[in-house]
Amino acid sequence: MKILVCISNVPDTTSKINFTDGDTKFDTNGVQFVINPNDEFGLTRAMWFKEKQGASVHVATVGGPSVEPTMRKALAIGADEAIRVNAEPVDGFFVAQQLAEVVKNGGYDLIIGGRESIDYNGGMVPGMIATFLDMNFVNTCISLEIEGNTVTAIREIDGGKETLSTSLPLVIGGQKGLVEESDLRIPNMRGIMQARQKKLNVIEPISASKTTEDVSFDKPAPKGTVKLVDSVAELVGLLHNEAKVI
Amino acid sequence: MSVLVYTESENGKFKKSAFEVASYAAEVAKQLGTSATAVSFNANENETLGDYGISKVLHIADDSLKTFNAKAYSRALMQAASQEGATTIIVSSSADTKFMAPLLAASLNAGYVPNVVAAPEATSPFTVKRTAFSNKGFAHTQIHTANKVIGVSNNSFGIIEHKTDVSVTDFSVSLDEGAFGTKSVEIDKVLGKATIADAEIVVSAGRGMKGPENWGMIEELADILGAATACSKPVSDLGWRPHGEHVGQTGKPVASNLYIAIGISGAIQHLAGVSSSKTKVVINTDPEAPFFKAADYGIVGDAFDVVPELIEKLKEFKAQNA
Repeated sequence: MKILVCISNVPDTTSKINFTDGDTKFDTNGVQFVINPNDEFGLTRAMWFKEKQGASVHVATVGGPSVEPTMRKALAIGADEAIRVNAEPVDGFFVAQQLAEVVKNGGYDLIIGGRESIDYNGGMVPGMIATFLDMNFVNTCISLEIEGNTVTAIREIDGGKETLSTSLPLVIGGQKGLVEESDLRIPNMRGIMQARQKKLNVIEPISASKTTEDVSFDKPAPKGTVKLVDSVAELVGLLHNEAKVI
Repeated sequence: MSVLVYTESENGKFKKSAFEVASYAAEVAKQLGTSATAVSFNANENETLGDYGISKVLHIADDSLKTFNAKAYSRALMQAASQEGATTIIVSSSADTKFMAPLLAASLNAGYVPNVVAAPEATSPFTVKRTAFSNKGFAHTQIHTANKVIGVSNNSFGIIEHKTDVSVTDFSVSLDEGAFGTKSVEIDKVLGKATIADAEIVVSAGRGMKGPENWGMIEELADILGAATACSKPVSDLGWRPHGEHVGQTGKPVASNLYIAIGISGAIQHLAGVSSSKTKVVINTDPEAPFFKAADYGIVGDAFDVVPELIEKLKEFKAQNA
């Protein structure tokens, strides 16, 4: 089985978000970048398929040279090879077209992406790849078992979960649950050394158009001061009379 | 060229979000000088959509679509859009819709913008406001393509009544085997219970509860309020509560009218996830807990004292206001 894990390079979850250039760009100043958490759960599940079922695991991303440390981290965790499509990821549709091309040329059976990236929250790349290549697709995937070509997946739905049966080739949008938080791997020294020897292929993008454009950004208005109350009765009164939510 | 909207139902009954996306579609149609057409699957009382500005409903009554199937539903919507000559399609932000919308957008070569929180800011170029950076910011996004798919955030635009003459037409779709490459085997869901995605009130608790055995009072509080239960990331990582309840940047976002946080200190990732909630109440022993800075109302106190008292007071309140 050949697996491609699609990785997004995103600000660490603890990052404070600021904008620059007249609020038209995300300010990367002082921001630590990491593997998108939803992708990392998928990558860790891919490692399981590699170790238990002999799968090969490649990782791919769309981005400039600045994303390479994140790719090296994925290699240090245990991916065999990395592919960087040398282009700015202008929107989800563009990224999905680039990655679909990587999938087509690489002959992958299973494509693992994240449910969404925690920066632009588009949540569209895995589903679009599946559609461009006419593959099966499962989103918000929290469990994935594969025997031969037969797949049993569980996805999170609002208020519960749904078990699905499908088959390879398959694209999933993964998230926590595919593996547990405690299963995530911190690269060890051996992994980091090995990662330096692994292939990080840089390929040029195909011609593709963007469909959307973020023209400006802003931040939520700051919250007013909290009203501290001494009694529960007072709170119930305020929720009813002032906030009008009960 | 009407505006098309996918109105979700469950066991034949429209979800609350269906009325919100219908209201949104009516607003977009007004801005574009056209009318709004809804598509429903195996739903009852389709004419109620006329209360929210919908002038036509294409009702798909099809046993093969009794259970949601992302690919099959996306193809059905494409066929409806094609018949109506619709280029703008409005959808919700439910888990099902976020599963389906990318398939629909990719097939239609449409720009897709999810998490939209307000009526379009302009129609030429088409510009919408959406959340980004997991609710830490907003983006103003232009869509450059002729076809557009817009995902409306839950509880953001609101439900707007606008009585409209509505016609309900049966619409039949043709779907081949290829649409059903992924099949539902089993759905595990408690029916009739509010979910984090669509609850008006969410009661959420954190490590301050000390252990999973103490969640009885959280559930009782949620029951009285008709609320969904949620939790912080550490609580779900510890296995005290299911992952589906984890709220925050890597969990679920919450956009309820009232969010009650009990024993949650308020890490930046958690605060991001709940920032779209309208009124926030924090109950915490630590007056320095960061959550107090993001809250509307706070009680400094021990959950084990405050929550049982709150349950009692709410019971009295409900009895008086019944």
